[in-house]
Amino acid sequence: MINYFYLIVCFLVVTVASSKVNAIELSGNVEVEWSAYQRDGQFPGQGYQSNLSLSIEPEWYWQWNGGSDRLVFIPFLRGDEHDAERSHGDIRELSWVHVGEKWEFRTGFRKVFWGVTEFNHLVDIINQTDSVDSFDGEEKLGQPMLNISRVTDWGIVDAFVLVGFRERTFAGAEGRLRGRLVADTDRANYESTDEEKHIDYALRWSHSVGVFDVGLYWFDGTDRNPILQTQADNGVTRLIPFYQQVTQVGVDLQATIDSWLWKLEAIQKDSRQDDYLASQVGVEYTLYGLNSTATDVGILVEYGWDERDYTADNTFQNDIFLGFRFTLNDPKDSALLISAGYDADFYTKSLLVEASTRFNDYWTIALEGVFVESRNVADPAAVLVDDDRLQLTVKRYF
Amino acid sequence: MLLTSNKAVLTVTNLSAWVFWGLLLGLSGVSFNVGAETAEEKGLAIATEAKKRDLGWGDSQSTLKMVLRNAAGQESMREIRNKTLEVRNDGDKSLNIFDYPRDVKGTAFLSFSHPIGSDDQWLYLPALKRVKRIASRNKSGPFVGSEFAYEDLSSFEVEKYTYKFLREEACQLGSCFVIEQFPVDKYSGYTRQITWIDTVEYRIWKTEFYDRKNSLLKTLSMTGYKQYLNQYWRATGMEMVNHQNKKVTTLTWNDYQFRTGLTDADFNKNTLKRAK
Repeated sequence: MINYFYLIVCFLVVTVASSKVNAIELSGNVEVEWSAYQRDGQFPGQGYQSNLSLSIEPEWYWQWNGGSDRLVFIPFLRGDEHDAERSHGDIRELSWVHVGEKWEFRTGFRKVFWGVTEFNHLVDIINQTDSVDSFDGEEKLGQPMLNISRVTDWGIVDAFVLVGFRERTFAGAEGRLRGRLVADTDRANYESTDEEKHIDYALRWSHSVGVFDVGLYWFDGTDRNPILQTQADNGVTRLIPFYQQVTQVGVDLQATIDSWLWKLEAIQKDSRQDDYLASQVGVEYTLYGLNSTATDVGILVEYGWDERDYTADNTFQNDIFLGFRFTLNDPKDSALLISAGYDADFYTKSLLVEASTRFNDYWTIALEGVFVESRNVADPAAVLVDDDRLQLTVKRYF
Repeated sequence: MLLTSNKAVLTVTNLSAWVFWGLLLGLSGVSFNVGAETAEEKGLAIATEAKKRDLGWGDSQSTLKMVLRNAAGQESMREIRNKTLEVRNDGDKSLNIFDYPRDVKGTAFLSFSHPIGSDDQWLYLPALKRVKRIASRNKSGPFVGSEFAYEDLSSFEVEKYTYKFLREEACQLGSCFVIEQFPVDKYSGYTRQITWIDTVEYRIWKTEFYDRKNSLLKTLSMTGYKQYLNQYWRATGMEMVNHQNKKVTTLTWNDYQFRTGLTDADFNKNTLKRAK
C-alpha cells in the first residue's frame, strides 16, 4: 500500500506540474471536542470523566483541463487528551479523478458510501471503519483504489480494484466506549497469505427508476470487520484482530413515495467459517411544517436482523430503532435528532441525541449525548454502560 | 432550481387580425362581442404565451448570492452555483452547488422537476460521501432557510396552475397584465398567487403569494432584467418579503451563460458527487 501511495503521489506531482493549473483551493476545518462522562469507565485506564480532543482536516483541491481532471488531498490529524490510539493521523482522501464523456476514472485514497438506512450501514463495505475516531461507525479511513465508473441508460456501473487493505482502528487502553479488552492492532492476522497486500475487487450497479433508487453489488476480498480472537501473552489477555476472506453480495433499495421513504439494505456474506444473511429495513415519514412553523419532523423506524441471531458479531442482529429528526429550516440549519435503540435479544436500551446549529458563517456547534442501559453481560453493548456521555463539538471552517 | 423569471405572459393580440376584424365590423355595422374570451381563457393564454416565449434556451449556468435577513436586521449569506437543462415536455433538470457558508461547501442538490406530481431530488453530503434521495412532496417548505419555498424556485410549467385574468394596469415595466394563478398541486403552500406581467416582453414584475388561509404571505419583486440570446429575459435581482414574519430574502443572479453545451449526461448521481 505504501508503494502504491508513493506511486500516486509521484504521478500526481508530475501531472500537476506539467499541466496548466487553473485553480488551487484550500478549505477545511479545525475542531475542538469535549466529552463529559457521567462516571469513570468500567475498565483499567478509563478513570476519567472529561476528555478534550483537537483535530484538523484541511482539504486541498486542484482542477485542470476545464474541470476534467481533479485532485483532492484531505489529511486528518487528531490529538486526544487520554487515548494514545485516538491521537492519530490519516489520509482521508488523496485522489485523482479524470472525467470522460460517459465515464470517470478515479484513483488514490478515496471514500465511497453505499446504502440508504440511518442506524446501521450494513451494505457499506469499501472503506474501513475508523472506530477510534468515532464509536458509531460513521467515520471511515481512506481506501486505496482504482475505480472506473460508467453512466449508461440502464444505470451507473462501478468497477473497483482495491489495492491494499487498511486495518480497523481501535480505542487504546485509555479510550472510552471500547470493549473489555484492548485490541492489539500491531499483531493482526490474516486468512490470506497476502495479508494487507491482498487485492480486493468490487462491482456495483445502481440506478434510479421512477420512485426507486436501487444498488446491487458483489465484493470479493478481505472482510473489513475483523474477528477478535483472545490470546494470552505473559499473563496479559489481548485481543488479536483476524481478517478473513469473504465474498459478499449486497442490495440497497429506497422507494421515495410522497412523504415516505421505504428503505432496505441486505447482504449475503460467505466466508470459510460462515455463510449468512443480514438486513436492515426501515421507513422514514416526514411531517412538514410542525404547528405552522418551518420545522419538519422526520419519524424513522428501522429494524436490524442477522440470520445468526444473538451469536452474531453484528451488534444489530435483532434490534429495533425509533428516531425523530427535527429540521428547523432556519438560516442556521439547526437540527435535532433523538433516537432510541432496543436489542430484542439482550434487552439493551440505548438513547442517542444529536443537536447541531451554525453560529455564524464560519463556526458550527454540535452536542451529542449517548446513553446505554444493559443488564445482560452477554450483550456486546454491556461494555458501554458506564460510558454515558455528552459531547460538545465546536468547528471552525476555513 | 431555475428561477424562471418570465413566468407568465400573454395574450395573443395579433394586431393585424384586430385591424382586419375592426374594418369588417365597421363596414358591416354589426356589433361584435370582443369579450367572448373568458377571464380564465385569457389568463391561460397569457401563461401559455409566456412559456412559449421562454422555450428554446437550451441550458444555462449562473451564480447566485442569497442574503437572508430577519426582522431584527441580522443577515446571513449563501452562495450557490446553478446549472439548468431545459427539458421539452417535462420540467427542467437542475444542479445546485453550495459554496458558502463553509460548512455546507460542496453540498449539492440535483433535481428533476415535473409539471405534475413530485419532483425527483437527490442531495449530496460531501462529508459522508453520501447521495440521499429526498422526499419532495413538500413543495411549500423553505429552501435552505430562506423565504423562498421549493415551489417558488422550480421551473414554470403552464400545467402547474389554473388562471384568471384580472385586469391590465400600469407597472414599473410599463403596462402589466394582472393574473391570478391557482396551484393545481394540493400540496402547494398557496391558495393563489397574483402576478404582474408586462404586456410587451412578458416579464414578471411582481408576484403576491396568498397562504392556505388566503392571507397575503409574501411578495416577490424582480429587478434588473437582462435579455440573453436576443430573446430570453432574466432578472438580476429578486426580493422576497414575508409580510407575516417580516423576514426578507434577496437573490442576486450573476454570470448568466446560455447554451453552454450541458446535456442529460451532466445531470446524474456521478455529476452530483463531483459537483464541488
